[in-house]
Amino acid sequence: MKKILSQMDQTSRNDFITYGMVIGAFAVISILQALGILSSQIGGLLVPLCVYSIMAVSLNLVVGILGELSIGHAGFMCLGAFASAFFTKCVGDGMPSMLRFVIAILIGGLIAGVFGFLIGIPVFRLNGDYLAIVTLAFGEIIKNVMNSLYVGRDANGFHFSLSSANDMGMDALNGEMLINGPQGITGTPRNSTFLIGILILLLSLFVILNLIHSRQGRAIMSVRDNHIAAESVGINITKYKLMAFTVSAVIAGFAGALYAHNLSSLAATSARFGYNMSIMFLVFVVLGGIGSSRGAIIAAVVLTLIPELLRPIASFRMLLYSIILIVMMIVNWSPASRAFMEKHKLNRFLFKFKKSAGKGGK
Amino acid sequence: MKMKKWTGLLLAGCMAAGALAGCGGSSTGSTQTGGGEGSEELTWKIGMIGPLTGPVAIYGTDVKNAGQIAVDEINAAGGINGYQIEYRAEDDEHDAEKAMNAYNTLKDWGMQILAGAVTSTPSTAVEALTAEDNMFQLTPSGSSKACIEEANAFAVCFNDPQQGTKSAEYFAEHFPDAVIGTLYDSSTEYSAGIEANFESKGAALGLDIADVESFTADNNTDFTAQLNKLKSAGCTYVFMPIYYQEASVILQQAANMGFTPDFFGCDGMDGILDIEGFDTSLAEGLMLLTPFAADAEDELTVNFVENFRSAYEKTPNQFGADQYDGIYALKLAIEKADLTPEASVSDICEALKTAITQIEVDGLTGTITWAASGEPDKEPKAVMIKDGAYVSIEG
Repeated sequence: MKKILSQMDQTSRNDFITYGMVIGAFAVISILQALGILSSQIGGLLVPLCVYSIMAVSLNLVVGILGELSIGHAGFMCLGAFASAFFTKCVGDGMPSMLRFVIAILIGGLIAGVFGFLIGIPVFRLNGDYLAIVTLAFGEIIKNVMNSLYVGRDANGFHFSLSSANDMGMDALNGEMLINGPQGITGTPRNSTFLIGILILLLSLFVILNLIHSRQGRAIMSVRDNHIAAESVGINITKYKLMAFTVSAVIAGFAGALYAHNLSSLAATSARFGYNMSIMFLVFVVLGGIGSSRGAIIAAVVLTLIPELLRPIASFRMLLYSIILIVMMIVNWSPASRAFMEKHKLNRFLFKFKKSAGKGGK
Repeated sequence: MKMKKWTGLLLAGCMAAGALAGCGGSSTGSTQTGGGEGSEELTWKIGMIGPLTGPVAIYGTDVKNAGQIAVDEINAAGGINGYQIEYRAEDDEHDAEKAMNAYNTLKDWGMQILAGAVTSTPSTAVEALTAEDNMFQLTPSGSSKACIEEANAFAVCFNDPQQGTKSAEYFAEHFPDAVIGTLYDSSTEYSAGIEANFESKGAALGLDIADVESFTADNNTDFTAQLNKLKSAGCTYVFMPIYYQEASVILQQAANMGFTPDFFGCDGMDGILDIEGFDTSLAEGLMLLTPFAADAEDELTVNFVENFRSAYEKTPNQFGADQYDGIYALKLAIEKADLTPEASVSDICEALKTAITQIEVDGLTGTITWAASGEPDKEPKAVMIKDGAYVSIEG
């Protein structure tokens, strides 16, 4: 194995380590689960960890590789979640649950991708931080629309309303509420499993890492580093920005579908799918070292686990979480800790990709 | 060099595995020791999930504290069927996913019965897990209908449709000639649920609902536009099935613009007198329909409010009262079914499912009985704020 690794070039070795890390984590957890020594607390966190890792990888493509700021990524996740859960509710038991879930995931990704594409068309004709503003508004709009959307179904077909359940004109006795305004979608079957989560994470990584190393990926990174130079060599800037952003939105939609099928009640509240959640994804990316998929996954896992593992200290956990976050931000990027890493060769393991990405960039 | 790196990687992997195994190991270890101790001293383990941090933390902390008072009283009187109760609360930040994490944490602790969650969406999310594990769930204040859909889930509070209907009935009975306006939060299921039923029941009873206004969680700071519309519609009563934080702002703004109808709320309004910096004189005359009034003079309420005040330095709200009654309901149901903590979670659930429909709790929130659907049956009380305190309105 060492031989194979040493024969690979640096980028493939890096990708290999990233895949290895995910598969290794899956193997370890599965063994622990099989032995029955995994607590239900950790067991219940496995799917959310996958969801957040996928979101971190997805946003990393926009922020780290494309160099644009998106602060409405929770909006794409929200779309994916609602689209997939809506599909599942509509189909009901008319399909084997596994097939239904796979189609639901694809629908979640598709809807989120379509919206990502549509938003990207006008925004990517502009230069500057417009994407940040537009995605921020988009995320809030999606959250509010989902909050006021009523969809019901009875013998006469579907009924929609954006004001209240009474206005839908649905047969209240025999009809079935599919999306019930602020209550959202309840009773979604819990189809998400750790295995499916890991498979989607690996698929996302595979798509993104291969995109980065492809001709298109190099074009995307050239747009990030100097759009004038990129344009001067004939790169269609809008096209490549749109490509990266749409891929990212599709993956966020997958994460949303996974999320929706892990909970039996899906509601778009301010805390959930609001801009706070988008900022949290951004924190994953920044803390993981902008541009590093592996770093983003590690940051997502660590930051999701910390507040849960701090439960024994009850009311102080929120305080301690913030302190840990600040300390991590400072320590992770301080020259002293970088020098320490350098000296003890730790950087070779953790920071290699970032360095090579930086070198390629500047 | 390369060798070193791979050794490092291997070591890191081992450490990570060790840490995870540690988590798992230690918790199963603790359950085992829990069981081991159990042979000498078996206890009931009742868990509670609610928002202990965040914007609606007042509900979670009140429920947690009121539950603690009930547990302490029962323990002092000898426990349930001779076994003491252990009570543990976990935070869900009013979020479905966090509630599931809290549930799993409590399960590791060895919880046998869940007296939670406090708010509706988390309660519904946890319900799917309790149904899977067949654990008995009694939510003190999860008011959405979805909270009690499963056979193992029961509620102490009225559900949203019930509250809307009862409010409309109250209006029809006491103020049949009122010109009513409603102002509600269309982004919370609690408020939207009550409003929809109030409107449909009100229409059936022939109430004059002149204007319906709404706001969302994102624009809940300026209500002048809605208040102006209500004013120009000539409303003499404004029905606000909302939470107390927004209500405090609305009352202030209505007073500023000289709009003085009679305001009427539901149980979410409970807590308005405890807001820091809120001029309580604005709430004078505010009516709310709630099953609990802290000023009631029966011995049970007086004792409870006194204990709560001395322990936590505030007046308990209706959510706390629901939890207090819920814990006593569990006690009665367990005694009825003649259970001991040795029984498995699933056996306890099966026994309690039938036992709870056979008991009658004479509690803080009235005399409560349960139907197998999980709905409680009790009478709401109308209270009014007078001189900065809740006073029951008779009739």
